[in-house]
Amino acid sequence: MIHLWLPLTLVCVLVGAGSYGVIARRNAVLVLIGVELILNAANLLFVTMGSVLNDPLRTGHVLTLFLITIAAAEMGVALAVILALFRDRGHIDLSEPGA
Amino acid sequence: MTTLDILFGAVGLITAASAVLAVTTHQLVHAALWLVVTLGTLAGCYLILGAELVALVQLLVYVGAVVVLVLFALMLTRAPMGRSPEHSSAPIQRVAAAVIGAGITTLLAAVLLPALGGQIRSTRAGDTKGIATQLFGSWVWPFELLSLLLLAALIAALAVSRMPTPSAQRKSA
Repeated sequence: MIHLWLPLTLVCVLVGAGSYGVIARRNAVLVLIGVELILNAANLLFVTMGSVLNDPLRTGHVLTLFLITIAAAEMGVALAVILALFRDRGHIDLSEPGA
Repeated sequence: MTTLDILFGAVGLITAASAVLAVTTHQLVHAALWLVVTLGTLAGCYLILGAELVALVQLLVYVGAVVVLVLFALMLTRAPMGRSPEHSSAPIQRVAAAVIGAGITTLLAAVLLPALGGQIRSTRAGDTKGIATQLFGSWVWPFELLSLLLLAALIAALAVSRMPTPSAQRKSA
């Protein structure tokens, strides 16, 4: 037995920390870390609901597995874009205008 | 308070603290390492919630692969090793980001907690067989589609990293 407010509070904190990271950071890789935190908050919400709801399709857990895979694919493409940006500009500071 | 409550409280506290540290630390490599702690303890949270398969996939894919990708990107973009405050934005933007982050947390909590927070439920632990049956039964076509997505992402990453950049084109012109 588990009180549902515990995982739900953790979801809220993770989304808040992730959005702070997306807005406050200037390095593109650090912005991506914020995006990962938001994605993981969504995963935690999926797992929580999948664990406590009596769903015959196991939607919560299966969608979490899918989301982890999609996040890995997104990460690969995003890092390729960041490396292309670095080769073009010589830095990955998002607050400076492009050439 | 049940045993699961106490366990989740302890692990969740580490997760929340390391997530906040990952977005606030001034050392680039430390941010990636705090991300490892966050993702690892989150796998612990999944374990406590009774999702063993998801916890193992989280460890394999996130802690094993994604974090290595992040560290590679930090190395390849010549991240400085020591403290580098220039990677955070101006104080005014950081304050605004903190306000927005706290606002999003409050808004989400105001929606989720009154709706579901008061409930006490039992988790469905040890259900890997049920998940596997559904994953390769009802969800098999989305699953196959996902492998196509991974292939497309792989090719896209290769194409993007081989693409000539505008500055290189200017040099050759």
